[in-house]
Amino acid sequence: MTIVCPIPAVETERIQLGHGSGGKISAALLRDRFLPHFSNDILAQLGDAAIVDVEGHALAISTDTFVVQPLEFPGGNIGSLAVHGTVNDLAMMGAQPMWLSAGFVLEEGLPLDVLDRVVRAMADAARAAGVLVITGDTKVVERGKADGIFINTTGIGRRRADFAPAPGCAQPGDAVIVSGPLGRHGIAIMSAREGLAFESEITSDSAALTPLVERLRERVGDAVHTLRDPTRGGLASALNEIAAASRVGIVLDEMSLPIPADVGAACEMLGFDPLYVANEGVLVAFVRDSAADAAIALLRDHPLGRAAARVGRAASDHPGLVVMDTAIGGTRVVDMLPGDQLPRIC
Amino acid sequence: MKYLTEYRDPQVARGLVAEIKRTATRRWVLMEVCGGQTHTIVKQGLDELLGAAVEMVHGPGCPVCVTPLEQIDKALAIAARPDVIFTSFGDMLRVPGSDCDLLQVRARGGTVRIVYSPLDALALARKNPDKQVVFFAVGFETTAPANAMAVWRAKELGVKNFSVLVSHVTVPPAMVALLDAPDNRVQAFLAAGHVCTVMGWTEYEPIAAKYRVPIIITGFEPLDILEGMLLAVRQLEAGRHDVENQYARAVRRDGNQPAQDLVARVFELVDRNWRGIGAIPRSGLGVREEFAAFDAERKFAVGEIRTAEPTVCRAGDVLRGVLKPTECPAFGKLCIPEHPLGAPMVSSEGACAAYYNYGRFRSAV
Repeated sequence: MTIVCPIPAVETERIQLGHGSGGKISAALLRDRFLPHFSNDILAQLGDAAIVDVEGHALAISTDTFVVQPLEFPGGNIGSLAVHGTVNDLAMMGAQPMWLSAGFVLEEGLPLDVLDRVVRAMADAARAAGVLVITGDTKVVERGKADGIFINTTGIGRRRADFAPAPGCAQPGDAVIVSGPLGRHGIAIMSAREGLAFESEITSDSAALTPLVERLRERVGDAVHTLRDPTRGGLASALNEIAAASRVGIVLDEMSLPIPADVGAACEMLGFDPLYVANEGVLVAFVRDSAADAAIALLRDHPLGRAAARVGRAASDHPGLVVMDTAIGGTRVVDMLPGDQLPRIC
Repeated sequence: MKYLTEYRDPQVARGLVAEIKRTATRRWVLMEVCGGQTHTIVKQGLDELLGAAVEMVHGPGCPVCVTPLEQIDKALAIAARPDVIFTSFGDMLRVPGSDCDLLQVRARGGTVRIVYSPLDALALARKNPDKQVVFFAVGFETTAPANAMAVWRAKELGVKNFSVLVSHVTVPPAMVALLDAPDNRVQAFLAAGHVCTVMGWTEYEPIAAKYRVPIIITGFEPLDILEGMLLAVRQLEAGRHDVENQYARAVRRDGNQPAQDLVARVFELVDRNWRGIGAIPRSGLGVREEFAAFDAERKFAVGEIRTAEPTVCRAGDVLRGVLKPTECPAFGKLCIPEHPLGAPMVSSEGACAAYYNYGRFRSAV
């Protein structure tokens, strides 16, 4: 038996889909290709939204581009998602979302009734979230040069001086709280895209998180250190980013994770880990332990937060690393994935 | 989740762990054969729970790890053709070939799609008659029946634009190769339950007898694996070497006869290279002459691709349990999850990736 193995290391010379996954290679793309050119103190905050000071008023600004397929999915469409995604990025920095811009790239041949439904959903979502769409742009590209509709939204929100959660502010001892069931958006999209049918339809959780943040701010605001919406890359990636930014360790308790039975079953079947599946209507909060029970009660008192649960804690051990106490009593590292999660063979 | 949570009960798990520790009078070296079992062990932190009672060697039963470089290179060459839609299970997409992987082929303009079943690939072929649809048929005896079925159906339906790039391997010859190696350390096997669902366990009886090694047919849930370990340790302590079936809810001695028949009609035994381990005679499955029209290697004339792997990566030694990942000179330096040198660093349950993460944790606390 000869014992040899692989291969020279491969450097990528082109963009791959994984660069958009929210995993390690996304982070590397940002770090190596963008930040060196744009470096400034505001950008360096690297939060969900940039915080700027305009004549003594703190404003939060965030931008996000939406390229989801299918355009319409159980629980929403690209229009509602484009509002929720940006509104939530503002809310996670503690800001009250005020205004949105909307840029559309439309593909030649797009049925107008699809566009109408998308725009209507967008308007409804904006109304419900209390934001105004105050400027916009449309471009049309040849058939095949875009995938139906791409939408960019930029949001501006006001931040109060007394409430300033940020990814780098988590502290050892904080309780880690999630506001709702995990994994629904990603599995809903995947089921719709792949034509997979499960016993019950899994709907996206896409929603504006502003009412939850408002509650936390009013009642336990000073105890809330960090807020994050675990979108692409899921809870695992969001926690890894917080652990790195705050230089804390995070210990998750597998038994306490609110993973709905249908999402869990779909993940088992598809070979996915729900910790890496995207959410669009869930927040994760790092809250001073003494206020954690109150925070959970506040969240549970709102329809979006019924399944709120304490899922772990921040620790001073192993800074930068997320670990999990497994259901069976073991421990494992919950790392960031390099790129997209790929279904396993066996 | 019905049929899953029952096999993840922490209290029963603690009982089994305690029983294994009570039973073992020394540290036994067990190998779990299947990558799915490795996944459970790593994901649940089982090896750490067991402490000094057993040492688990992560075996070669991971298609991602053992699919040979030349088959990956053939896949890359076929996938890069403009007339081809290349289909594969998801985790093969990141396995490094000689100069890139399937994800990079896609970035360069190739059409590469993830499917969940070879029959989905066949359906894709019928929907795209102007394209050649190729399915990357990797895996062990578990995935072979569905792949054989896809070829069988394609022939039945007269589909001309469907073929399979076959890199099937079979478990027993690999176990024999491991046991024959002079530096073998494995003292008992947890055999792959799903493989045995298809094949039964008659093939394992002569191996257990000849090498005096316990073989436990084992399932994939945490309690399955802990029970498999306990049965193995009991046999070792008692000096027995039997084939024992832990996975009785799914496996019978003779396996699934119709599935075996279908595999035998479409495929035949061939010599196969195992990545990191080397050539093992009659250890793989290839497409029979009768179905040659559905064999992508013949169709696209990539049969002559030859490769040589540089020696910096010691994945072979790791797969055989001779070397700990941390003892490999490339480990954690040249070779990390973002750019793996060897397949065991590719997926999170690969032995090297598991050690990489575990080690980061250990050194941090």
